[in-house]
Amino acid sequence: MISDFSDPAQLTNTAVLKAENVNVYYGSNLAVRDVSLDIPRNKVVAFIGPSGCGKSTILRCFNRMNDLIPGARVDGTITFHDRNLYSKALDPVEIRRRIGMVFQKPNPFPKSIYENIAFGARINGYQGDMDELVESSLRKAAIWEEVKDKLKESGLALSGGQQQRLCIARAIAISPEVILMDEPCSALDPISTLRVEELIHELKQQYTIVIVTHNMQQASRVSDLTAFYNAEATEKGNKIGYLVEYDNTQSIFHNPQQQATQDYVSGRFG
Amino acid sequence: MTFESPVPDDRLWKPNRKLSQWMEGVVKFIFAAFAFISVITTLGIVLTLIFETFDFFKEVSLWNFLTDTKWTPLFKSAKFGIWVLISATVLTSAIAIIVALPLGLLAAICLSEYATSRVRSLLKPALEILAGVPTVVYGYFALLFVTPLLQLLIPGLQGFNALSAGIVVGISIVPLIASLSEDAIYAVPRSLRDGAYALGATKRETIISVVLPAALSGIVASVILAVSRAIGETMIVALAAGQNPTLGLNPFVPVMTMTAFIVQVSLGDTPAGSLAYRTIFVVGMTLFVITLALNIFSFWFVRRFREKYE
Repeated sequence: MISDFSDPAQLTNTAVLKAENVNVYYGSNLAVRDVSLDIPRNKVVAFIGPSGCGKSTILRCFNRMNDLIPGARVDGTITFHDRNLYSKALDPVEIRRRIGMVFQKPNPFPKSIYENIAFGARINGYQGDMDELVESSLRKAAIWEEVKDKLKESGLALSGGQQQRLCIARAIAISPEVILMDEPCSALDPISTLRVEELIHELKQQYTIVIVTHNMQQASRVSDLTAFYNAEATEKGNKIGYLVEYDNTQSIFHNPQQQATQDYVSGRFG
Repeated sequence: MTFESPVPDDRLWKPNRKLSQWMEGVVKFIFAAFAFISVITTLGIVLTLIFETFDFFKEVSLWNFLTDTKWTPLFKSAKFGIWVLISATVLTSAIAIIVALPLGLLAAICLSEYATSRVRSLLKPALEILAGVPTVVYGYFALLFVTPLLQLLIPGLQGFNALSAGIVVGISIVPLIASLSEDAIYAVPRSLRDGAYALGATKRETIISVVLPAALSGIVASVILAVSRAIGETMIVALAAGQNPTLGLNPFVPVMTMTAFIVQVSLGDTPAGSLAYRTIFVVGMTLFVITLALNIFSFWFVRRFREKYE
C-alpha cells in the first residue's frame, strides 16, 4: 500500500484534489505560500505541523470555506477532478456538497439527531427514504447503536465524542467524495478519539479523507500520506506557512528527507 | 552575604486600618441603599395598586367587572366592563406587533447577516434615532400624518382609530425588536453557520434553517418585551386612537385603551377617594397583571428553549 505512492507519476494519476502554487492571504498578509500537492483518491492524507503553519488554512481552501472569512484571498490553482475550484463558473455551494467537512469542535445543530442528518439531505433535494438515509449514515459513522432509540432528542444532548460522530454522519449523509477533517479529535477524550480513528479507517473504503491533526501518533495511525508544514516568521512578526515535505506516512515518520521534518516528527520542536 | 527577614513592626500592620474598614462599611451601605430603591419603589407601586383595587371591589363586584360589556365609570349608571378597555389594548397591540415583528426581524437579519459594515454603520444609528423619538411625537405623527394617509386608502375611516395608532405603536417598537433580535442572532456561534455551509447550504438556507431556530428563544423574548411595551404604550394611543370605550375588534373606529383611560381620568378633576378615582388603580392593576404574566411567560420560554452550546 505504501509503495504505491513512491512513484510521483502514479500519485498524479489518481489525484482527486490538486493544489498548485497556492498562496493564501488574509487581507494584505500572506498566510501560506506556494503549496503544491495532490490528494489521491480513497486515501487518508494527514496535514501536520506546528500552530500557525497554515495546515487548516489549506484544508479550508479545498471546499472554499475561506470564502466566508472577510478579506481571505487565494491565488494559484486548486483543481477538483481537473476543474478549477476557484473559477467564477463554480458555485462554492456546489463544491461543498461534494467536499464535506468535519470541524475541530463538534458543532451539531440545535435540532434532533434525526434532523441533524436530514438537514443536509433535504437542502440537497434528496428524494429517497429519509429514515433509511438517517439510519445508514448513522451506521456508517458507528453511532447508530448508541442513538437509535433517541433520534428525536437534541443532538446537543450527546457526549462530545458522540457529537463528533454525529457530525461525521451528517457529512456522510450527503455522499460527498471527499471529507475534510480539521483536527476532529482535538476536543475528544482518548476513547472517543480511538473510535473516530477506527471510523476514519472504515470510511477510507468509500471516501477520500484529508485530516489536519496536531497529534503525530494520530497522523501515523490513520494516514497513508502525510504533509508536513512549517512556518517562518516575517520581519513584521506574522507567520507564513509553507509545505516542507509530502510523502507517504511511513517515509515522513521514518525516513524524512528534510531536517525540519526529522526534527518535528522526533519531537525536537513544535 | 546574609539575608535578614524583615523585622516584625506593628506600625506596618495598621496604617489607616480603622478608616478603611469604616469606609468599606459606608460604601457597602450606600450601594445597598441604591439597589433597594428600585425594590422599594416596585413594592410601593404594587401595594398601592392592591389596596386601591381592594377598595374598588368593595363597591363593584368582580363578576360585573369581568362580564359587563360597557365601560362608563363617569356616568350616573356606571358600568365597569374591563373587557371594553382590554379589547382596545389587545387590538392596538396586535396591530403593532403585526407591523413590528416582520419589520424588526427582517431588519435584524439584514443587520447581522447581510449588511456590509458600511450599510450597518448607516442602519444602526437610524434605528437608534427611531428608538429615541419621543412618543408624543409619534402620537401626532399618527394623528396628523398616518390617519390622513389611511383615509385616502380607506374611505370613511374615522379621525381617531385603532389602526393608525396601532401601526405607529408598531413603528415605535421596531428598534426594540430589531436590536434585541440582532443580539440573539449574533450570539449564534459561528461554528453552527460553518457547519451548515459545509453541507452545501446557501446563505438563505443557513439563516432560515439553522441560525433563526438557534436564536429562537432570544427572538421570542424580544417580541414579548415589545408586546409589553405596546400594551403599556400611552401617548400614541391616547392621541390617535380616541377616547371612545367600545367593545370589539374593529380597527376603523375610535377605541379607548387601558392606558388612554388612565390618562383621561388623571387629567380630569376626579376627586381622590371616589370610585372613579379608584378605577385608575384597578385598570393599572389589570395592566400590571397582564405585563407580569407576559414577562413570566417569556422567562419560562427562554429557560425552556435556550440552547446551551458549551
